[in-house]
Amino acid sequence: MQFMLLFSRQGKLRLQKWYVPLSDKEKKKITRELVQTVLARKPKMCSFLEWRDLKIVYKRYASLYFCCAIEDQDNELITLEIIHRYVELLDKYFGSVCELDIIFNFEKAYFILDEFLLGGEAQETSKKNVLKAIEQADLLQEVRRLCFLKAFRGQKHFAVQVS
Amino acid sequence: MPAPIRLRELIRTIRTARTQAEEREMIQKEFIVEFGTNAIHSLSEYNHFYSSMIQPVKSDLNHSTQYVQGLALCTLGCMGSSEMCRDLAGEVEKLLKTSNSYLRKKAALCAVHVIRKVPELMEMFLPATKNLLSEKNHGEILHTSVVLLTEMCERSPDMLSHFRKLVPQLVRILKNLIMSGYSPEHDVSGISDPFLQVRILRLLRILGKGDDDSSEAMNDILAQVATNTETSKNVGNAILYETVLTIMDIKSESGLRVLAINILGRFLLNNDKNIRYVALTSLLKTVQTDHNAVQRHRSTIVDCLKDLDVSIKRRAMELSFALVNGNNIRGMMKELLYFLDSCDPDFKADCASGIFLAAEKYAPSKRWHIDTIMRVLTTAGSYVRDDSVPNLIQLITNSVEMHAYTVQRLYKALLDDISQQPLVQVASWCIGEYGDLLVSGQCEEEEPIQVSEDEVLDVLEGLLVSNLSTPVTRGYSLTAIMKLSTRFSSMNRIKKVVSIYGSSIDVELQQRAVEYNALFKKYDHMRPALLERMPIMEKTATNGPAEIVQTNGETDSTILDTKHLPSITQPASQVGQCNYHICFCFAGIPPMTAYNKNGLKIEFTFERANPNPNIAVITIHATNSTEADMTEFVFQAAVPKQQLRMRVKLTYTHKGSPVQDLAEVNNFPPQSWQ
Repeated sequence: MQFMLLFSRQGKLRLQKWYVPLSDKEKKKITRELVQTVLARKPKMCSFLEWRDLKIVYKRYASLYFCCAIEDQDNELITLEIIHRYVELLDKYFGSVCELDIIFNFEKAYFILDEFLLGGEAQETSKKNVLKAIEQADLLQEVRRLCFLKAFRGQKHFAVQVS
Repeated sequence: MPAPIRLRELIRTIRTARTQAEEREMIQKEFIVEFGTNAIHSLSEYNHFYSSMIQPVKSDLNHSTQYVQGLALCTLGCMGSSEMCRDLAGEVEKLLKTSNSYLRKKAALCAVHVIRKVPELMEMFLPATKNLLSEKNHGEILHTSVVLLTEMCERSPDMLSHFRKLVPQLVRILKNLIMSGYSPEHDVSGISDPFLQVRILRLLRILGKGDDDSSEAMNDILAQVATNTETSKNVGNAILYETVLTIMDIKSESGLRVLAINILGRFLLNNDKNIRYVALTSLLKTVQTDHNAVQRHRSTIVDCLKDLDVSIKRRAMELSFALVNGNNIRGMMKELLYFLDSCDPDFKADCASGIFLAAEKYAPSKRWHIDTIMRVLTTAGSYVRDDSVPNLIQLITNSVEMHAYTVQRLYKALLDDISQQPLVQVASWCIGEYGDLLVSGQCEEEEPIQVSEDEVLDVLEGLLVSNLSTPVTRGYSLTAIMKLSTRFSSMNRIKKVVSIYGSSIDVELQQRAVEYNALFKKYDHMRPALLERMPIMEKTATNGPAEIVQTNGETDSTILDTKHLPSITQPASQVGQCNYHICFCFAGIPPMTAYNKNGLKIEFTFERANPNPNIAVITIHATNSTEADMTEFVFQAAVPKQQLRMRVKLTYTHKGSPVQDLAEVNNFPPQSWQ
């Protein structure tokens, strides 16, 4: 996979993950063109299209378009499954995920994506394991945050809640 | 769980701090590592801070918390620059050998990225790949391992041969996946770890390609996957799709190949348009090698022409053209013409070209051929490619018995619509050529129409003045009018038109009119011969579909003109114009064959220039009578000052090899130089 974009039906970009090096200018250009192309597609059309020298796989979930660019030798149908798996992970994590969850917790959405895909490939094919890893990291971050806050409030000794 | 232990340690350490400042420092230090890694995450590769981040990432890779290490691997694996990859490859290689599967799989994908960025580093990961596929890992790192192995095999033939020995192991793993019971962790709609299945199939494809033994070793498992995979959902079809791709690429036995094509055939009938799309794409790839098997699904493919999706339609069109042959031409052409009528403008040019090609190859009769051409010109006339026009003209010229029918149909089409330029150009040319047949009502194929010379000239003159006509079209119609001066009796009218355009603003039109005027005034004795009916153009064997055939009439007077006069020939170099053959043999100097060897024949024809009879214009006609093209043709001539003699050097490319020849031409007829 070369990149993944999430955008709303109005064309607002909610998430962008790039697995190839491109300048900001190029990224903006690609995003603009691709968003336009995908939004222009009619509902009866298939989920794949050729764009430049890439294959684009996209699927709409409620108000969000999930759009991936894959290479010639990649399997389009399994990419649909990858997208679906990502949506399931988000759903499990946020509990009935919606666009707002992604908007207000975008760093978490990125984080979940980074535990699922690395360099454009799936690193873990078990849903459970991905969620477990995210949970652990969450916990660690939360505890550290508490430590940090308490330290800055100037308390010399502190009790830490560890669940 | 490492986190709480680490945390307790952290708390203990902080408690030892004696001042608030020290406390803050300790916590900040812990935090910056994390923050630093996150910061890199949001930097783009072109940020100049990048190289200074190598150290923090390096230390993160060696961090005691796997979460931090994971973040570092992720950062490096997603957007590490070549510089970073070079510096940190060693750390990645170390982590590839760790027993911690969480890190090991990230390291594997990180290694993939490193290899993509710096291919020379591939070797250093080889030792670590030794046990990647072993069962000890409970399959946790299998997916990423297969991805890494695939990357290495794709990039290096040596690695490919080295890893071929893994085929039995991969086959075993795949077998276990499909035979094993329900595994809730990796299940997707009842299928065990489809992601891994697909990656294994892809690696098998690479390993089996071109290798008999490996292909044989995977034959059974491929058949098993192909027949046992559940197809009710997309995920099963994804696996089948990958299986088909693998079967088609390796050296599989014919039974397996037929099985694969039949799977694609079933895909075509699937309600899911995505499945139909991949089926058409795959069939397009295999139609050359497994033509007969794909032919069996022709009617389903043709149905896809009516699909709503643009990509599906395009593929169905390409596939349809690939499947047209002498047996199915009539039926297929019906469908394709209907498609041409109703498809998007983007398709029309390609479709029209495809139809012309197919018609040329497989036309069951000349009448059918002309009718098909007419149908294309009238329905998609403005989308037809410019280079089709000379091609069609040649075709029409050679269909001698159809001349009257053709000119009549084209004339009628012009009465309806003069906006489609390719149609208008072909029609003008035909009327100029066969106008006499038109007015004498000689059509046998259908009811001949009654039309007078004046009516025909009205139509042609209409084209000259119409806003819809392009300059090229105007050129065609003026020439056509001129040609009719030898076929019609209404000379005065034609003379008048020609003289009017002698002062046209359009330079091309003006030049023609001036020349034609000259033809009337000074060269009237030459006119009938000059404007006589075009001879049948000898066709050289067509090689590829898109070739424009060399005609007998090609002139290239630019090489040998001793002085460039207001020439009567149409410049042969203009695209989209037909090559106008003008016979110069009436000038009293007989033509001669200057060179005739290996299928290349060069003829010279002569004309005395008027008013200066001391100047002879020699035109060369070069023809290729072999089956292969002659390309990059260069003709060089050296002429001594006294007696007319010529040394000629020819170079061209024929059947892929360069040909060079030297010749002397000294059989010039005495009249040419006396």
